[in-house]
Amino acid sequence: MSLKTFAGGIHPPDNKEWSAHKAIEDCPLPAEFIVPLAQHIGAPSVACVEVGQQVAKGEEIGSAKGFVSVPVHAPTSGEVVAVENRPHPWGTLLPAVVIKPDGEDRWSTELQPADPSELSADEMIEKVRLAGVVGMGGAAFPAHVKMSPPPEKKINTLIFNGVECEPYLTADHRMMLEEPERILQGAALLQYVLGAEQVVIGIEANKPDAIALFEKHCAGTPVEVMPLQVKYPQGAEKQLIAAVTGKEVPSGGLPMDIGVAVQNVSTAAAITDAVLYGRPLIERICTVTGPAIREPKNLRIRIGTPLSHLVEVCGGLVEEPGKIILGGPMMGFTQLGFDVPTTRGTSGLLLLRAEDVVSQPESPCIRCARCVQACPINLLPTTVAAYARRDLLAEATEYCAMDCIECGSCSYVCPSTIPLVQAIRYGKAAILAKKRSSQVS
Amino acid sequence: MSQQLYLSSSPHIHSGETTTKVMRAVIYSLLPACGVAVYFFGPSALSVLLIATLGCLATEVVCQRLMGQPVTIADGSAAITGILLALNLPPTSPWWLTLFGAVVAIAIGKQVYGGLGSNPFNPALVARVVLLISFPVQMTTWSAPALVGSGLDLVTTATPLGEWKNAVMLTGEMPTGLEGGLPSYFLGTMPGSIGEVSALALLLGAAYLFYRRILTWHIPTAFVGTVILLSGLFWLINPAKYPSPVFHMVTGGLILGAFFMATDMVTTPVSTRGMLLFGVGCWLCFISAGHAPMCFVAVPTL
Repeated sequence: MSLKTFAGGIHPPDNKEWSAHKAIEDCPLPAEFIVPLAQHIGAPSVACVEVGQQVAKGEEIGSAKGFVSVPVHAPTSGEVVAVENRPHPWGTLLPAVVIKPDGEDRWSTELQPADPSELSADEMIEKVRLAGVVGMGGAAFPAHVKMSPPPEKKINTLIFNGVECEPYLTADHRMMLEEPERILQGAALLQYVLGAEQVVIGIEANKPDAIALFEKHCAGTPVEVMPLQVKYPQGAEKQLIAAVTGKEVPSGGLPMDIGVAVQNVSTAAAITDAVLYGRPLIERICTVTGPAIREPKNLRIRIGTPLSHLVEVCGGLVEEPGKIILGGPMMGFTQLGFDVPTTRGTSGLLLLRAEDVVSQPESPCIRCARCVQACPINLLPTTVAAYARRDLLAEATEYCAMDCIECGSCSYVCPSTIPLVQAIRYGKAAILAKKRSSQVS
Repeated sequence: MSQQLYLSSSPHIHSGETTTKVMRAVIYSLLPACGVAVYFFGPSALSVLLIATLGCLATEVVCQRLMGQPVTIADGSAAITGILLALNLPPTSPWWLTLFGAVVAIAIGKQVYGGLGSNPFNPALVARVVLLISFPVQMTTWSAPALVGSGLDLVTTATPLGEWKNAVMLTGEMPTGLEGGLPSYFLGTMPGSIGEVSALALLLGAAYLFYRRILTWHIPTAFVGTVILLSGLFWLINPAKYPSPVFHMVTGGLILGAFFMATDMVTTPVSTRGMLLFGVGCWLCFISAGHAPMCFVAVPTL
């Protein structure tokens, strides 16, 4: 049987064998938590605690501002020792609440379990918002926004993303193997809230154990388990929708425009915690891996754990890393050092050696068309990138630069090592900046 | 951190494919055709191949030195141009003609436009057009490979396509026995340019490029498919006058053209639809060049 997938894409070595077989371990508490107030797309939260204040685990320490915003919570009980700018994974100094754990790890008494049968859909959405649940696949888009589509956009299909197509990462894989009930409870809650008729969980075929487990758990339930072809970026939202439904999200549109909603499996588990137990999103599974780390692991980490602590817990470094990457190798962000903390979107910490870092000089485009064949959304990356690099923004827009999902497949395959997606990313930012300035004037 | 820490925007891994590896694969894919040509045509074909390749490499060095640019002959692209040029020449080409072609290919066909990736036409074919217009006699004197042990190097003859054209012009009918030579033409005794000698050797090379995913099916399929479709139509209408599609397949350089010349990456479209259209368009040049009597210039402008 041929497995479903999308058109285009690439097959990078998945390198998941480093950590795929390792059960999730609880990461011990670090000496200090640095909880960033900005952790996702949308408005950052604002600190609502003061230096010297004692906080309990799960207590709100940053308040949401605006609809596309969620509060931030204390990862453990302890004392607020600073509210100041700290190094942030986005590569700059940003406000953070620094907490010194008291070692008791005491939950806030305000967090109470609830009976879902007594909750309305709106009450559930509010609980998810207050718990600070965001999409945990990487983009960290607030989950409650996706749970509240406008009434005219009826959601027919609800897709859970268990693809994890980024090489090296195994956090979602372990989550699916070890906590399927938490995921499926969240799936049922989301189906109730959105009123979706069809519920599908998409898993890449390189995780046969997870597929078998979910098929067992989902037998006799409305949830359909769909094995998908192993191909990057199968886990990108629009590619997953294309594979599962055969439908294309229109250019510039959202999945809800074609009646589809997508959530990561880990997000579903966080929704379970929020709705059933009132527990905020203060921890997640993170894969610490790569050739430069001594002992790759899947860790249950608290949000705000410094990277240096993760390195220590994983047996230290084999050698000085050439690249420190938060996330996977295809779409992750390089870091300046180990002093930055993890956020809700930190699916992995990948440490590459200097020799793993490609520094092939760029050569002229030979128009081999590999980028065109690899592009999962059917762009001409070489053309769009060439326009973007020359600041020909109108032409770049005409060639659909804004539709680029920045998966990096084009740069990966380019034999001339042209930074294609990097140029397109620059072009997109320039186009948006131009649009904003013309709106102002 | 004691050593360099790299910061960059994603992706952080690469396929490891390089332009040089791609070019090398193309060179490897042309070796069977070169080998068969040298086997059948002897030292004359070898010298054309060597002069064309070395001439292209030398011209690239001279041009880049003159322009104060880094010398990039190691990327293999100039060598490919040299081999392709040689494959498009008769094995009897005099040394000065081959060398002139090599200089034209790299200097006029490639470097004046800015080098690799900037040329609008296939450099080897630019050279072929210039040679065809400048030296029509030398460029259309064809030889059949001599039988091994016959004591001869080459036997001057007409190409099967030329034979057909002449016969049709004189008598309006296809000469008898024209298609009898097809199986041996396929293997490697086809009178014509160096690269045309063996369709089989060319297809072997093309198969390797497909395997390496350097060649995609679009252009060759559109090109060959259109030729088969239309020549088949004419053949069905009047088989006494028009040869079968198989004849077109193994004579007249269709395989060389469709798999190696028309698929030149730099000068062809990158989109799927563009490649298909381009392949169909190649047929127009092909047919007007080889198959309409009296007109024999257009093939090289693929």
